[in-house]
Amino acid sequence: MFKPQGFQAALISLLLFLLFLGMWSLATFTREQATLSSVDAEYTVLMGKGAEKSSGFPTPSKVGEAFITYLSDPFYDNGPNDKGIGIQLAHSLGRVALGFLLAVIVALPLGFAIGMSPLLLQAFNPFIQILKPISPLAWMPIALYSLKDSDVSGIFVIFICSLWPMLINTAFGVASVRKDWINVARTLEVSPLRKAFQVILPAAAPTILTGMRISMGIAWLVIVAAEMLVGSIGIGYFVWNEWNNLALHNVIFAVVMIGFVGMILDQIFGVLQKFVTYRE
Amino acid sequence: MLLNNPFDPNSTLHTCSCGQHASQADHDLAEVDALNQRVIQATVMRALFPQDAERRNFLRSVGASTAWAAISSLIPFGALESMAQEKGALEKKDLKIGFIPITCASPLIMADPLGFYKNEGLNVTMMKTAGWALIRDKVLNKEYDAAHMLAPMPLAISMGIGSNAVPIEVMTIQNINGQAIVLANKHKNNRDPKNWKGFKFAIPFEFSIHNLLLRYYLAEYGINPDTDVQLRVVAPPEMVANLRAGNIDGFLGPDPVNQRAVYDELGFIHILSREIWDGHPCCSFAVPTEFIQQNPNSFAALYRAILKAAAMARDPKNRPIMAEVLAPANYLNQPKTVLEQVLTGKFADGLGNVRNVPERVDYDPFPWYSMAYWILSQMKRWGYVKGEVRYKDIAEKVYRLTDARKYMAELGMNPPKENMKKFSVMGKEFDPPKADDYVNSFAIKKV
Repeated sequence: MFKPQGFQAALISLLLFLLFLGMWSLATFTREQATLSSVDAEYTVLMGKGAEKSSGFPTPSKVGEAFITYLSDPFYDNGPNDKGIGIQLAHSLGRVALGFLLAVIVALPLGFAIGMSPLLLQAFNPFIQILKPISPLAWMPIALYSLKDSDVSGIFVIFICSLWPMLINTAFGVASVRKDWINVARTLEVSPLRKAFQVILPAAAPTILTGMRISMGIAWLVIVAAEMLVGSIGIGYFVWNEWNNLALHNVIFAVVMIGFVGMILDQIFGVLQKFVTYRE
Repeated sequence: MLLNNPFDPNSTLHTCSCGQHASQADHDLAEVDALNQRVIQATVMRALFPQDAERRNFLRSVGASTAWAAISSLIPFGALESMAQEKGALEKKDLKIGFIPITCASPLIMADPLGFYKNEGLNVTMMKTAGWALIRDKVLNKEYDAAHMLAPMPLAISMGIGSNAVPIEVMTIQNINGQAIVLANKHKNNRDPKNWKGFKFAIPFEFSIHNLLLRYYLAEYGINPDTDVQLRVVAPPEMVANLRAGNIDGFLGPDPVNQRAVYDELGFIHILSREIWDGHPCCSFAVPTEFIQQNPNSFAALYRAILKAAAMARDPKNRPIMAEVLAPANYLNQPKTVLEQVLTGKFADGLGNVRNVPERVDYDPFPWYSMAYWILSQMKRWGYVKGEVRYKDIAEKVYRLTDARKYMAELGMNPPKENMKKFSVMGKEFDPPKADDYVNSFAIKKV
């Protein structure tokens, strides 16, 4: 059942991609710059005519070139402001990992506590509801001002944006563990700690992981914007730097890379999720 | 030491806490200078009087001034002080310097590949930064030891306008001239500023010479910059993108952004900024006072490196090479021909002409007090500073003119003898001591 359909789907994907490329080439192909009435030769040179110029939307071949140049040497290092795409991605991933980890450390225990106690849930609820919808980037000026370090601020922003989905999902997962199981644990006189780790945690794990997966998705979205704001190394900085140069083909390349990395991150959590899912 | 913030425009300070100086600011100035001396004096006095009781008895019996005269006749304090400043080991070798990717930053960037920092024993990392507010924050956070700043920024930050008051000093002016008013191509036939009501202009920062020059220029043509047009803060690298998107009608921006707009066929150069004020300062090289006090030797080394770079950048012969070095992604990330047109002054203006203006940008490092006076006068004119402005105190505290003169002389760069000079902006003379009359003479202002 899976095989033929998978093949057909892949074929359609490929066709869609080719169609997209074709339309893109067609849209950017037009107008060779022949219309320029001959001003004087010197002016033309100074305006960069004849040379490769960035004006106009880049063609697929130009973007393809960018892929080849950057991917053939992903770890070059030409000084503090010009590093290979591999190094940039690694820095971004590092920030995301650190912020995410901090969020896990806070969100899991807190979520557990809130989920197990209806009193705490009600007490925390107004804060969570107010803080949750705040755009993580809105925290940036406050973070920069109070933490006094742009790198730490970036990590803080990741932390704050990954916190809420994890916290809410953990609390929800813990709160909705089936009462039968908790009752069974109680009749067997299981210690509270053992109850938490051997009954509630496995039962709530799929929901918790869903929260983590959402958090990671948001974190990866936010890091690009955050790095465009505060600079230094990272994929967001790469986008910003190429935007300065109006080198759109490099920006498109970076955008595709961001998509790929995001997909891989999501897949990892997908696998983890399968691992903890159970059938009732 | 500081009872009142001397830069607080709302507090009036007539005398100082000790009563010997005309104002608290003068008192503080003397105290800062005295601080370095005192460290040395204390060392010598401790050596002369190992017992503290003895020292106090001695001073009580002869009086401090007599004691001072007697001891300084035996011990060359002055020489000791200058030795401590010049010959000592570098306190901090690994420095981070922030810059914005524009040609104003050329000398301080060029000092890196040319090895001027290394020759002084400094290991400098040049950090490209996304905007002026971020430069300010990173300097205040001490992530950067020093930075490329717009000329009005150190004055504003030192006065606590637009940020916490943190004393920041200007080592050198980075560049003079080198900016331009660029308009979108659709305004090719609308060159008279009188018709510009309703325009949207981009400026790089509130506390920028660009803002002050554009306001001045518009006001001279009867356009009130606060009510008749919109001025938006846009980081220099984003100006061209905004012009393309049609968000703005034009900008007074730094190069290479102006030339880039022409190169991308989006706009034209209406006038160069030197046509408003020839010789205006644009960016400066700024260092927090705290860094200078903690690292006097590193500061001196940095000073020499920057001045050498400025001398190199002034020479027209070096300009084409500079364009080549600055073009890659690690520095300005711009097409080479754009930088070359900016630096050599032979450029396409976007209207079909090739213009030849070798003075388009220059790198005169000398921080004239008169520059600070003019900037402060305009900040007062447009309501950024309220109340009485103490031009002299602020200029002398923020602009390290004496140091610049000393190091320039050491490097054989013939610094000017005067501290101030008269100049004219759009044909109107500015006499620094009469700055307040100057402010009052304008019809359009916000005071």
